[in-house]
Amino acid sequence: MSLFNARSAWTIYKHELARALRTALQSIIAPLLSTMLYFVVFGAAIGGRMESGLEGVDYGAFIVPGLLMLTLLSESTANGAFGIYMPRFTGAIYELLSAPVGFAETLVGFVGAAATKSLVLAAIILGTARFFVDYTIVHPVLVLGFVLLVSASFSLFGFILGIWAKSFEQVGMVPSLFVMPLTFLGGTFYSIDLLPEPWRSVALANPMVYLVNGLRWCFYGQADFPVIVSLLMALGFLALCIAIIARIFATGWRLRS
Amino acid sequence: MFPAMQDILEIEGLTKTYDGGFTALNGVDLTIRKGEIFALLGPNGAGKTTLIGAVCGLVQPSSGTIRAFGEDMGRHWRTLRRRIGLVPQELATDMFETVLHTVNYSRGLFGLAPDAVRVEKILRALSLWDKREESLSALSGGMKRRVLIAKALAHDPELLFLDEPTAGVDVELRRDMWRHISALREQGTTIILTTHYIEEAEEMADRVGIIQKGRIRMVEETRAMMARLGRTEAVFTLAAPMSAVPEGLAGHSLSLAEDGRALVYRGGDGTGQGKSEVAALTKALIAHGVDYIAIDIRESNLEEIFVNLLENQSDTGEGA
Repeated sequence: MSLFNARSAWTIYKHELARALRTALQSIIAPLLSTMLYFVVFGAAIGGRMESGLEGVDYGAFIVPGLLMLTLLSESTANGAFGIYMPRFTGAIYELLSAPVGFAETLVGFVGAAATKSLVLAAIILGTARFFVDYTIVHPVLVLGFVLLVSASFSLFGFILGIWAKSFEQVGMVPSLFVMPLTFLGGTFYSIDLLPEPWRSVALANPMVYLVNGLRWCFYGQADFPVIVSLLMALGFLALCIAIIARIFATGWRLRS
Repeated sequence: MFPAMQDILEIEGLTKTYDGGFTALNGVDLTIRKGEIFALLGPNGAGKTTLIGAVCGLVQPSSGTIRAFGEDMGRHWRTLRRRIGLVPQELATDMFETVLHTVNYSRGLFGLAPDAVRVEKILRALSLWDKREESLSALSGGMKRRVLIAKALAHDPELLFLDEPTAGVDVELRRDMWRHISALREQGTTIILTTHYIEEAEEMADRVGIIQKGRIRMVEETRAMMARLGRTEAVFTLAAPMSAVPEGLAGHSLSLAEDGRALVYRGGDGTGQGKSEVAALTKALIAHGVDYIAIDIRESNLEEIFVNLLENQSDTGEGA
């Protein structure tokens, strides 16, 4: 038998997507609705009276990458976390642990499905945003690549969270208490350069700043930092998450008793 | 490669000590033969589920080796797990899935291509076909347990672990389950089951293993164990009380009970030999002028043997 069982991975992937479809209201409609509300309030309603800080980019268009990132990070984390936490909670994980399925199949299945859900959500958000604000994407391929990278990274992060968590409260706590506030403060609605000192320096310690700005650069070709910094941050986070999960599988931490 | 006589599972020195210091398995040695039904008996917390978990990949052993189909589980887990099935004790599955979906999922998880004919056969055999589109949450406890069995059979395992397969199942369904398990054995599946129902082991198992405090206390053919440790008990209700067993009957393993109103015989070996001794005793009692008005004869069952064994082990400390 090969080191990667593609059918097992595909089965987990399909199973996770089917679970998402069963909970479409929670998985897609709820985050879509909340993002649309941001567009209505900050884009269409008061956006016309605000400066974006980017040359030739309206404020409504300016917040599109940030809001997309806000949703992507929260949803990828939550999807990745619940994907593995649910079978842990119900006990159904026994089947996964007793199957000829290893680190690679599990990651491709669970994290692939979580990232796919995020990508679908991103596409829906971008399409719907057109109804509220006018924007043009300068580097569409890079946008796709960056969204894919961030979705995969935070799905992995969520996967770690789902293995670490001992309760539903803990699963929900990290996206709502850390990921979302940090993204909110990470330049979603404003350019970091508009902040006075010392807040600008403080903001630089927030890793979400680099991700939001990376996606913004892919959209408009301009941001607070060179895109390479954002790319390296995202790749580093991806590698760190994979390393942690590899260690979890090697030791069986919180998976095998 | 696979030995000629077919030890399908060999466990040597298996120990599991949890972080808190509790030792659930303490140097377990156990060999399971191909094609048999093996019943693992033991009180709660004896280590039955931990032992199954260690073989199936749910528990990380602290030490020891597990070989399945002649190969080391640690090294060849991918190929070996494909050949092993597990029905867990708990009804652990996604309750919002349909029966058909969850069984197909199990098959795919073990790397097999979809096979509608095979899945239908499994579901029909377990009387689940008519329920295939129903959500698991809508099924009774007994039917959910059948679904877990169907999931475990979806990849056609050669070695099947059933952890308390009939727990919480009514008598009719339990007997139905026994028929399914026997049918699986007929098809060549090796079955290891844990159970609290001693009757279940007595009815189905070729061999019985008794585990207590993480140690295997005894492994023996079920019939041989019954024969070796089984007893016949005959209670003669006397027409008139007596104060002592007549001297001429001293060689018949007799004792007085109920304040001298009953004479009790305990003997035999579980093969029925005791019954012939009771027949001879009836003649001897008449010959010695002992009158009786009733006889109650019974054979000890596996449950009594099991309880006696555990009590004896407790009395003698660690035991065997």
